[in-house]
Amino acid sequence: MDGRPEGNLRPQLDSNQGATGACVVSVDIGILMTATDSMADVPLSHPLGAAASDEDAPLYAPRKQIYPQAVKGRYRTIKWVVLAITLGIYYFLPFIRWDRGPNAPDQAILVDLANSRLYFFFIEIWPQEVYYLTGLLVLASLVLFLMNAVAGRVWCGYLCPQTVWTDLFYAVERWIEGGRRDRMRKDQQKLTLRTAGQKGLKHFIWLMIAWWTGGAWVLYFADAPTLVYELATLQAPLLAYTWIGILTFTTYTLAGFMREQVCTYMCPWPRIQAALTDEYALNVTYRYDRGEPRGSVKKNEVLKLQGLPAGDCIDCNQCVNVCPTGVDIRKGLQLDCIQCGLCMDACDNVMDKIGRPQGLIAYDTDMNVKARMEGRPEVRRIVRARTIFYAGIIALVGAIMITSLALRQNIYLSVMHDRNPLFVRLSDGSIRNGFTIRVANKHLDERRYALSVEGLADSRVDVIGGEVDPQGRTIVTVGPDQTLEARVLVTDTASAASSSTDLQFILTDLSNGDKAATSDHFRAP
Amino acid sequence: MAHESHEQVDAVTGVTTTGHTWDDIQELNNPLPRWWLWTFYVTIVWSVLYAIAYPAIPMMSSYTKGVLGWQSREAVEVDLAALKQQRSGMTAKLAASSLDQIKQDPEMFAFARAQGKASFGDNCAPCHGAGGGGAKGYPNLNDDDWLWGGSLAQVEHTIRFGARSTNDKGHSGTMPAFGRDGMLKREEISHVADYVRSLSGLPTDKTANLNAGAKVYTDNCAACHGDKGQGMQELGAPNLSDKIWLFGSEKATIVEGLNNGRGGVMPTWHGRLDDTTIKALTLYVHSLGGDQRP
Repeated sequence: MDGRPEGNLRPQLDSNQGATGACVVSVDIGILMTATDSMADVPLSHPLGAAASDEDAPLYAPRKQIYPQAVKGRYRTIKWVVLAITLGIYYFLPFIRWDRGPNAPDQAILVDLANSRLYFFFIEIWPQEVYYLTGLLVLASLVLFLMNAVAGRVWCGYLCPQTVWTDLFYAVERWIEGGRRDRMRKDQQKLTLRTAGQKGLKHFIWLMIAWWTGGAWVLYFADAPTLVYELATLQAPLLAYTWIGILTFTTYTLAGFMREQVCTYMCPWPRIQAALTDEYALNVTYRYDRGEPRGSVKKNEVLKLQGLPAGDCIDCNQCVNVCPTGVDIRKGLQLDCIQCGLCMDACDNVMDKIGRPQGLIAYDTDMNVKARMEGRPEVRRIVRARTIFYAGIIALVGAIMITSLALRQNIYLSVMHDRNPLFVRLSDGSIRNGFTIRVANKHLDERRYALSVEGLADSRVDVIGGEVDPQGRTIVTVGPDQTLEARVLVTDTASAASSSTDLQFILTDLSNGDKAATSDHFRAP
Repeated sequence: MAHESHEQVDAVTGVTTTGHTWDDIQELNNPLPRWWLWTFYVTIVWSVLYAIAYPAIPMMSSYTKGVLGWQSREAVEVDLAALKQQRSGMTAKLAASSLDQIKQDPEMFAFARAQGKASFGDNCAPCHGAGGGGAKGYPNLNDDDWLWGGSLAQVEHTIRFGARSTNDKGHSGTMPAFGRDGMLKREEISHVADYVRSLSGLPTDKTANLNAGAKVYTDNCAACHGDKGQGMQELGAPNLSDKIWLFGSEKATIVEGLNNGRGGVMPTWHGRLDDTTIKALTLYVHSLGGDQRP
């Protein structure tokens, strides 16, 4: 049982090698298979791996409509809970209020494109701080990698919007048109008034869900209750309706029609995932060491009595019937499988009925299956170099982000020296330099700042349009959540400056003493 | 490659081949996708209709105008009108406010400075430099020395009517050509040039006769430039006692000015720029340096 038949081809390959171009190059299939086999990273030592496809089989396989059967069980329950939580977050998050005071919106999460602000609960992000978003994306991808290292395509099976919405659409379909067999029968029969009505209702509800999906999306970009009112009374901006239309269309198409094809053909993650995974990652696995040789309950019992090998798989096909991507998990790990776990529920239910232990299909590794077959001990290694490494970087990036957020200043100063002229000689012979400063006030109230300059022995600072307070300090006033650009003139009253002197501009918040400093140069002849 | 017909049916796909073979790889004769073909036909029809409707075909000295009469110039004008409309609120405010009122209002002041900066680049920068830094004979607008006065009203008057310009309201008054017109002798010019340099503390030659120069100055120059060389803004007579020299402080340069006279021209912008733009320019120029004389 070395299980490596010549020309063994991963079963999914024949259905995925879609070639529809105007010019199709026909290649010697034998060469192709040998190459693919040797390139396979994990040796597919599967006794039931599909037999080498027929040399004359077409390279193109049309899509087969999938009618997943309803199933109950542990993983189905987890999926319902995840669906409820994720959709709940998506649809209702924009309505959460967060009081920031009088000069800012009170929506907890708001992408304010018109004013270039991003509000996230207590955090307000300005366009120049977009690196927080970068950090968030880095964190997200690392978490994805960690999930993958622990248990494969957890994201695909439970959390991905494509999976969640498709699941919801399937639920609607099942609720209206009935179970797997009903739907298959109705699709084969001629359309009657009743089935047409059912289909119409199904598409109507799908469209409503899709419309609500698009509707929730735009609520993240404007004050949600106001926008809902405007949408309902047809007063909302055209852009809002356009985006709702686009997202209604994509949701309806992707979840209602494209479904598993999005995962198999469109999504880049399965390809990346396959490159990142290793032999220790847990996957939804058919334990063929226990299941094979498969056969009916009675036949296998007879075989057992005779002392012949007989497996627990009774070939009931339940695992295939419940699969939303239409794969047979017993053919091994494959590209189309999104690891949603429904086949485990289906199989566990059957095992219960025939009085066999659960877990014929379970989170396991091909490596362990092989180990059990060869009588070696199993290896389970969740904590290993790879997962420690991912967790470490996640902690590091997270710490960097939290630190930078905690140390973030609400006052910002940038200075730009006049490029032409570099300096000006005044009538009394002293030298003056012109600068443009930009002060950002990230506070939600108006702030007054004192501007001072250090570096020259004796200097004078004037802000065009600024004021001077009784203590003789130069004051700039910046409105709430705003920036101010001002022209600053620095005069070297001692006339002592060399051709280039380092200058330090210091801005002090008069209300709390916060300081921001930026350096520039003072130029003289 | 021989172009013989070897049409066969490909076993795997059931499609006929074109008979083209490269390295035993055969080309299948799949038809173009229908949607692609029809899109292609539609684009052909579209191009014909487009050429009829819009300007399209170049002729010897002109081009076909198209039946719709569309012009890119009109599109620009629509954009410009939209821009004007967008700015109309602030423009109206500027028009209705005095220069001092605008300067006191941060929002209006910022708008005026921005508009003034753009207009300065279009109209003033060729002589005064991109940042108003000036050049020989063209005043630096960043310093505190103003030939015709540096208050907001004075700056506006100079921009609007110019100096020695074609406008009657413009500033007039020139530096006479004392040497060329025979008003002063060669050595008198040399003496007074030395004296003028001494007014702002510049070093003079040991041979310089400052007393003779002072006498020449009092008789000929003080009427415009003041008895201490402090200048006179009404006549645009520069201050000779400060550190700023429009043409340069070398004796040769001063002698050249005494010989041939001076009289740089600032053109009039009245009627060429609208009132709001002149206001904006005034505020921008004023914000470059300020008007105070120490």
